[in-house]
Amino acid sequence: MNEMQFLTWVRGPGLDIAVSIFLLGVIWRLLEIYSLGRKKDLAAPRQAAGASGFHTVFRRSMPPAGMGMVKKSPVSYIGGYIFHIGLFFVVFLFAPHIKLINSLIGVSWPGLPSQFIDLMAVVTMAAMVVVLADRINRPVKRYLSNFEDYFTWGVTFLPVLTGWMAVQHLLLPYTTMLALHILSVEILLVVLPFTKLFHAFTLWGSRWYNGQVNGHKGVAV
Amino acid sequence: MSATLEKGVRVLKEVIDAPIASYFNSCVHCGICAEACLFYTETGDPKYTPIHKLEPLRRVYEQEYTLLGRLAKMVGLSKPVTDAELAEWQELVYNSCTLCGRCSVVCPVGNDIVYMVLKLREGMSASGNAPEGIKGAVNRTVTIGSPMGVKLPAVKAQMKHVEEDYGIPIPLDVEGAEYMVMLSSMEIINFPEYLGAIAKIMRQAGKTWTLCSTAFEATNAGYQIGNSDLARVIVSRIVEGAEKLKVKTVISPECGHAYSALRWNGANVVGRPFTFQVKHIVEVLDEFRAQGLLKTEGFETDRLTFHDPCQLARRGGVIQPQRNLMNMVAKNFVEMPDAGFINWCCGGGGGASAIEEGEELRLEAFKKKKSQLDAVKPDRLVTACANCRIVLEEGLEHYQMDIPVVGLTEMIAEHIPEKGA
Ligand code: SF4
Ligand code: SF4
Repeated sequence: MNEMQFLTWVRGPGLDIAVSIFLLGVIWRLLEIYSLGRKKDLAAPRQAAGASGFHTVFRRSMPPAGMGMVKKSPVSYIGGYIFHIGLFFVVFLFAPHIKLINSLIGVSWPGLPSQFIDLMAVVTMAAMVVVLADRINRPVKRYLSNFEDYFTWGVTFLPVLTGWMAVQHLLLPYTTMLALHILSVEILLVVLPFTKLFHAFTLWGSRWYNGQVNGHKGVAV
Repeated sequence: MSATLEKGVRVLKEVIDAPIASYFNSCVHCGICAEACLFYTETGDPKYTPIHKLEPLRRVYEQEYTLLGRLAKMVGLSKPVTDAELAEWQELVYNSCTLCGRCSVVCPVGNDIVYMVLKLREGMSASGNAPEGIKGAVNRTVTIGSPMGVKLPAVKAQMKHVEEDYGIPIPLDVEGAEYMVMLSSMEIINFPEYLGAIAKIMRQAGKTWTLCSTAFEATNAGYQIGNSDLARVIVSRIVEGAEKLKVKTVISPECGHAYSALRWNGANVVGRPFTFQVKHIVEVLDEFRAQGLLKTEGFETDRLTFHDPCQLARRGGVIQPQRNLMNMVAKNFVEMPDAGFINWCCGGGGGASAIEEGEELRLEAFKKKKSQLDAVKPDRLVTACANCRIVLEEGLEHYQMDIPVVGLTEMIAEHIPEKGA
């Protein structure tokens, strides 16, 4: 298979397979998790301002007030914010990505200049490297970490790296690098529903449950 | 042994619900929950990271409720949970968790970790892996009626003492009273002032109240140990008592876990909503205050601070009432750093104070409270939980800190004018 055939494959059948596994995987996992249901809370509820599942879904995006958590875990918070926001920018606001999404599902929105996206990609990768170093250095994180933590880091990092290298025309011919980039995204898509990367879907539910269970008691968590 | 392990795993399978599945799938191993847990912050040992305490539950979840986990189990890649493992986890699930709920407040993905600890305890208890100290307390509550072995005659004796000392009759089994007052055996044995305080406060407020001879003990070790059946026996006693006496409100005493067990968990373990209300004494006092039924005179002038019991504040949503009450009777009330919603646990909640072999760790964790106290240097420490009070007293003694601990209710009662009826 030459590089053109490779590119054609990842753009065609490869993408179809990956997207199908991703979509079916997401649906399967969501059903597997949320169909377990839960018991109704029979305790008499107490109302309080800001105490609900809905509030917690949003509130938890910020560090809890007055607990000094950012100071205690600076890399997790600051590094975490930077790479999540960075990923959002490079995935959804890079013009060629928007074009691709448009061709797939027919919706479109304005992108950002590619120099800016370039910068974002570098910042995102830097933040991810720092977060990885923190995982290895901090006793608690190292203790909690297993193969999956490093593996998911890798499959998230590679698409950013290969995409950036393709745009910069680094190392390999553009066509090959682009094909590798698409392949790495496909791997990410296939892996996402079945690893901790699935938190992208479940964290909303988790926050909602936590907020709701405690909100029932009039506690705004 | 295998029968009990089987039972434990079966219980774990039963308690796993959508929230737990969602929580386990959301965890990104960021370790932030560790920074909220006093057992980690004071020891620096990563094994005390809150989410790690749930490993056995997570394994059962993965093996039973996920496709990949089931496959891994089938081909032998993932080993079932063993008795030895559960025994090893006892220290993590009980000794080093006071159900304080701080971890649940910080987790960025929103995991309610303490919700899961309570569920894991059900499996631990069913598999025979709960600590002896709490087991003993539960057995005594179920067979004798109270965790410390206090029986009705002891309560009656104390009623008599209080009647003599305060000159106020203590009502027992009065049908149609507005309030049914519960006690914790800690109060019956160590802090008899509580009952006298209630008598004075009720007399001033002009409210009818009663004790109940079949349900005087409020603490529920069944809830703490994770045994719903026993928790149900203990709650049912209270429900029957309250319904027999047709009271409007049951008052949970100065005990944080008694409040959680009855107010938030009670209806769920008996399987139907209550026909009466449940309030913590601090809530009742604050209501009386707001209605002008609680009038005090004079002030404490020494430097006072307040320790928020976790189950009352963070887990129970009662934060401002205790401050209103403090300000009624204290001129020099200072707040510790992190007071209120994010207060640090005394180190002995959730049944931990009943675990003898956990004492060393408990005292280590107390360094957190010590540092909070060192920051404000109070003359006395006020709280609203008899269990916190005992644990605080032990910790203060260990670190040779000369700070007396007082209960809020009795402090309020001391400021009620003698002829306040
Ligand atoms: S804070 Fe939440 S996401 Fe982070 S390790 Fe703890 S449970 Fe997992
Ligand atoms: S509930 Fe409190 S003691 Fe238990 S793990 Fe969470 S922070 Fe630690």
